[in-house]
Amino acid sequence: MSLRTQPMVFQEDPFDVAAISDPYPFLDRLREAGPVSYLEATGSYAVTGYEQVYEVLTDFETYSSAGGLGPRDIRKDEAWRPPSILESDPPIHTLMRRALTGVINPGTVRALRGPFTPPALELTDELATRSGFDAVTDLAEKYPIRVFPDAVGIPEEGREHLLPYGNMVFNAFGPENYIFQQAFAEADVHSKVVMAACERESLNDTGFGKQIWDRVADGLITEQQATLLVRALLSAGVDTTIFGIGNTLSVLAKEPEAWAELRRQPNLAKFAIDEALRLESPFQKFHRTVSVDTELGGVHLPAGTKVLVFLGAANRDPQKWGPDADKFSFDRSSSGHVAFGMGLHQCVGQPIARLEMEIVLQALLERVETIAPAGPAVPIIHNVLRGFESLPVTITPAR
Amino acid sequence: MTITAPIQAPAIINTVIDAVEYPADGVASLVLRRADGQNFPSWAPGSHIDVHLTDDLTRQYSLCSDTEDLSTLRIGVLRTPDSRGGSAWVHDRLSAGSELRISAPRNNFPLIDSRKYLFLAGGIGITPIIPMMRAAEAAGREWVLYYGGRSRNTMAFAQALEAEFGNNKVRIVAEDESGRLDLSQILGLPRAHMLVYACGPGGMLGAVEDFCMGWPPGALHTERFAADSLGVGGSSEPFEVELSLTGTTLTVESDQTILEAVEQVGARVLSSCRAGLCGTCETRIISGEPEHRDAALSQADKDANEVMMVCVSRAAAGCSKLVLEL
Ligand code: FES
Repeated sequence: MSLRTQPMVFQEDPFDVAAISDPYPFLDRLREAGPVSYLEATGSYAVTGYEQVYEVLTDFETYSSAGGLGPRDIRKDEAWRPPSILESDPPIHTLMRRALTGVINPGTVRALRGPFTPPALELTDELATRSGFDAVTDLAEKYPIRVFPDAVGIPEEGREHLLPYGNMVFNAFGPENYIFQQAFAEADVHSKVVMAACERESLNDTGFGKQIWDRVADGLITEQQATLLVRALLSAGVDTTIFGIGNTLSVLAKEPEAWAELRRQPNLAKFAIDEALRLESPFQKFHRTVSVDTELGGVHLPAGTKVLVFLGAANRDPQKWGPDADKFSFDRSSSGHVAFGMGLHQCVGQPIARLEMEIVLQALLERVETIAPAGPAVPIIHNVLRGFESLPVTITPAR
Repeated sequence: MTITAPIQAPAIINTVIDAVEYPADGVASLVLRRADGQNFPSWAPGSHIDVHLTDDLTRQYSLCSDTEDLSTLRIGVLRTPDSRGGSAWVHDRLSAGSELRISAPRNNFPLIDSRKYLFLAGGIGITPIIPMMRAAEAAGREWVLYYGGRSRNTMAFAQALEAEFGNNKVRIVAEDESGRLDLSQILGLPRAHMLVYACGPGGMLGAVEDFCMGWPPGALHTERFAADSLGVGGSSEPFEVELSLTGTTLTVESDQTILEAVEQVGARVLSSCRAGLCGTCETRIISGEPEHRDAALSQADKDANEVMMVCVSRAAAGCSKLVLEL
């Protein structure tokens, strides 16, 4: 094996609109520059190989989260703000994570199936009476916002700020380009409402929010951390699931055979969703900070630099998934994909997201015989998330 | 190339005690040789043998000899006042030349390959750790041992290990000199790509488990000493799994997870972290008792034994078959 310590320099900007609206040809070119390359546009290192992405995600000592998920090291920012769970390393992360997993775990999520089911039936009942609909605006965007805020226990009032707020938080994982600026146009209003919803007094007695606050009384976390954790739930729990549902349907609308198979065996829906998430991962990329000089994929990485982790590239790396990595394959085991991240920071809400997606898809499978694209899907222009603004489909209802 | 079938190790091996040494106060170290002059079956770090002291007195002891030299096996036995006869029997009745019936080595505490290791030993719990340190050293892995005990003269092999590996890697913590092992200091910060192997009395292991809560699940591997002999728990014995949806029955080997074994026969299980963290591989238990090793389920869920995370959890010691809804 030859050791190459100088990375290939890649000139295209990953935050350019063209690369965002059609990411996969861009990622193919980036992958050709090696599993780790240097991005001239951002001054960071791109990590695209599955093995290398997995390494960055699981080696939390070498690849620190404390510098934030964006391109700048937040510790060097003038206005210090308390780090969120995503921006923490152990041991701070450990306590916050424990507070969250005490509240969100397989047992508590199992109990959500009851309350989460009727809204899905209601939505899909209505959609099945039409000849077509927009899978994003009529379904994906409607469902999580109906069930998830209730599960957290925030007030009805002000929920319209959740999506724009989530949009801000995630766009900040990219540079302060015009996409960022658009997302932050009314930042103050959205932040104020969402932060207020995270306070102890705003939360009802049954939701996850209140249970997180209970851990303050136990002495596990501070009040400030409780607010931050509830905020993290709200900002990470809605958009990503909307995109998860939309992206899954964008894939399945083009797979009539898989749809027919799933109608025969709806209990396999979770496997189809998993493979669709591998192929069209909602969370495409974010940064970590190199804490000590190291080497990755044959490239020397100096301490203090940022690496840009391309989850969406790792999930289509032919070295890991084979020559048909960019195809949907119902029979493939997509286990190990990094759509939810991996390691200590892996998405805490994963079981909730999977539950929501499964409930919606199974409801749709029961009511819809065939589904097909009815025109081009319109991609969302977002620094790090991959999804669609519009996804028109035609359907034939099940008899 | 000739392919030979693996030779089945005999259930009972007759041995002769080659030497009895006393590496510390109250600790006897027995060196065993096979009565038939042959080599012992090969074994890996973490292995133990059953020692049949009398017809109805059997004790388990960890091997602490060199895995490369199969002409002898070495065990260390602490004399304990509350011993149910085992250690007293060894100390009082055995000497060089005595005959001893043992089992072939078995491994319930296997050393999994990792970049870094943290070894923790309490008292006679050092024995299974010694071959592990040698293996880690030979493989060029980063490792450190914290070895706690009441005082140096009660800590078997302490001096020899310090001399062999240096006091940077071998940290001897004698209570009468520097107090107890400071576990909060040693384990307070979870480390990446580091496995923790701990062996010692129940009290120490309980504390180690508490401090390892924030570590990635699967990082901690323990073996407990009950009274004077190895206790049960942390079992990696093979067991059977029946898949209730297809009726297939399969064996989960000691170096395999249920998830791996089930995937091998072509059944589908949804999984993600494969480390007991995310809860994705939750599987319903139809019958049998699991040993939960995940960090996903709440304690109440674990106690209910209705579901388990098949990526890390196994059958409980004494449960030879799990029936799972797969
Ligand atoms: S796959 Fe994550 S807990 Fe088993």
